Amino acid sequence: MKILVAVKRVVDFNVKVRVKSDGSGVDIGAVKMSMNPFDEIAVEAAVRLKEAGVATEVVAVSCGPAACQETLRTAMAIGADRGILVECAQELQPLAVAKLLQAVFMREQPRLVVVGKQAIDDDSNQTGQMLAALAGMPQATFASQLQVAGDEVIATREVDGGQETIALKLPAVITTDLRLNEPRYVTLPNIMKAKKKPLEVLTPQALEIDVAVGLTTLKVAEPPARSAGVRLVDVAALVAKLKNEANVI
Amino acid sequence: MSVLIIVEHDNQSLKSATLHAVTAARECGGNITLLVCGWQCEPVAQAAAKVAGVARVLVADAPCFADGLAENVAAQVVTLAGAFSHVMATATATGKNVLPRVAALLDVAQVSEITRVVDAHTFERPIYAGNVIATVRSSDPIKVISVRATAFEAAPLEGGRALIETIAAVEDTGLSRLISRQTIASDRPELASARIVVSGGRGLGSGAHYAALLEPLADKLNAALGASRAAVDAGYVPNDYQIGQTGKVVAPELYIAVGISGAIQHLAGMKDSKVIVAINKDADAPIFSVADYGLVGDLFEVLPELVAQLG
Ligand SMILES: Cc1cc2nc3c(=O)[nH]c(=O)nc-3n(C[C@H](O)[C@H](O)[C@H](O)COP(=O)(O)OP(=O)(O)OC[C@H]3O[C@@H](n4cnc5c(N)ncnc54)[C@H](O)[C@@H]3O)c2cc1C
Repeated sequence: MKILVAVKRVVDFNVKVRVKSDGSGVDIGAVKMSMNPFDEIAVEAAVRLKEAGVATEVVAVSCGPAACQETLRTAMAIGADRGILVECAQELQPLAVAKLLQAVFMREQPRLVVVGKQAIDDDSNQTGQMLAALAGMPQATFASQLQVAGDEVIATREVDGGQETIALKLPAVITTDLRLNEPRYVTLPNIMKAKKKPLEVLTPQALEIDVAVGLTTLKVAEPPARSAGVRLVDVAALVAKLKNEANVI
Repeated sequence: MSVLIIVEHDNQSLKSATLHAVTAARECGGNITLLVCGWQCEPVAQAAAKVAGVARVLVADAPCFADGLAENVAAQVVTLAGAFSHVMATATATGKNVLPRVAALLDVAQVSEITRVVDAHTFERPIYAGNVIATVRSSDPIKVISVRATAFEAAPLEGGRALIETIAAVEDTGLSRLISRQTIASDRPELASARIVVSGGRGLGSGAHYAALLEPLADKLNAALGASRAAVDAGYVPNDYQIGQTGKVVAPELYIAVGISGAIQHLAGMKDSKVIVAINKDADAPIFSVADYGLVGDLFEVLPELVAQLG
């Protein structure tokens, strides 16, 4: 079976971003960009299914500017067989991405789609669920275990208060939790190999998808800073502060 | 304005998470309707009708809602949404699962985890692990919104007298089924709503140390227990304990971080706590930049002493 994985290029998770002084946006001009960590887990999950003989082909797809080709090359270095970039210079919100992914889904007809549970830049946690809705597929969000069995996929989900295991009819959408796996390091030979793998470039126009946005960002700001705290010399001083100054215990 | 709120429940009791969405809905103005999709969920409907500020409770009672599967619940919400200006849920695992499915079926954007209602169309929400607050306006005819619980008080459980109306349930989509559910039993206060949270990180070194050092402190303070991702990954505690960008967001009156360095992703889940205490042997740990009270020291010495001094 074929697996489609969606990957997003985001500001690296170690970078603390700054807001532009006019509040018009976040300054990402010169910062390090990487693959969204949850998407690395999604690619790793798909590649492991291929290594286990369950999947026959893993196709990585990314939506965004031309630079997303790098992200797709990383996915191919992890083990994806080919890449598809839906190139689009405009800002893409989750609903637009879900529509683009659905168009790719229709062309490729995979049995399973794996995406990260959220992107660490917009923190939306929407795209997988939206894609599942648009394509009429079942969904297993926040998956920490995954197994394909016949015409079903069985997934364990991380939920508040514990876990649940559900079975979905294929084709289905999985969104990955951090717990699903530990993505492998990409090695130099695999990076070289990835350069030769096919990468197709499409556009929203070619897919006949309108990517107009429903949300307008009016401004961005830094959250209020916490006032500086104090260092205490010992446990007795801490207990005294909590009792008499903060009145919390 | 008219707001439809998806109620979170286990067929027996109403989850308090829903009460935060009720408060956010009141700030948008207009009528509030609660929707209970469940199976043999009469007690939930009764409880929902008593929530202060609620005008109406719709109940879809059918076996296909027994396990809260997203495919069926979303299908039901979509049949009703056209009559509302807003559809809301609290941004819990349940809300995050169902709501984007609803939004896509309605062909509208979703506004995730709002922390403030500016007006009925304009909202604030954190992005980049809480390092940036975005103000966004929705131009969609139906606004689909998930609400961050810690940013809105819980609406009172009593005081309302809403009408309960039974509605026809959608057919089972048959797309998914529940196989099993494992819940972690605990007598401690719930993490998301606890007044005090005691949280441990990699510095604890093992699950045995976590239990031996943090549990007595939590017992003394009647606190909930939390953890960093490193502590969860290392298997000290279950995943459900994780606080942060990709775990739970808490804002208790007192948060005690023990052996936690204070990575961006961890701060995202606790930096709105009223009072933060950090106990760490590294004086340069980033956690001290948000701590009101910091104690530089070895947690293996500090914690037993702290427990003893709390008497
Ligand atoms: C996509 C993504 C999502 C993430 N989501 C989350 C999230 O939701 N929540 C989260 O917490 N993390 C998250 N992380 C991980 C995060 O980046 C950090 O790796 C993690 O928070 C570190 O946990 P820690 O502070 O326990 O461990 P460390 O950073 O290793 O810190 C351990 C601390 O313990 C102190 N220490 C050690 N021994 C002692 C002692 N004897 N006495 C006192 N102090 C001691 C050390 O000085 C150190 O400061 C995420 C990361 C990524 C990439």
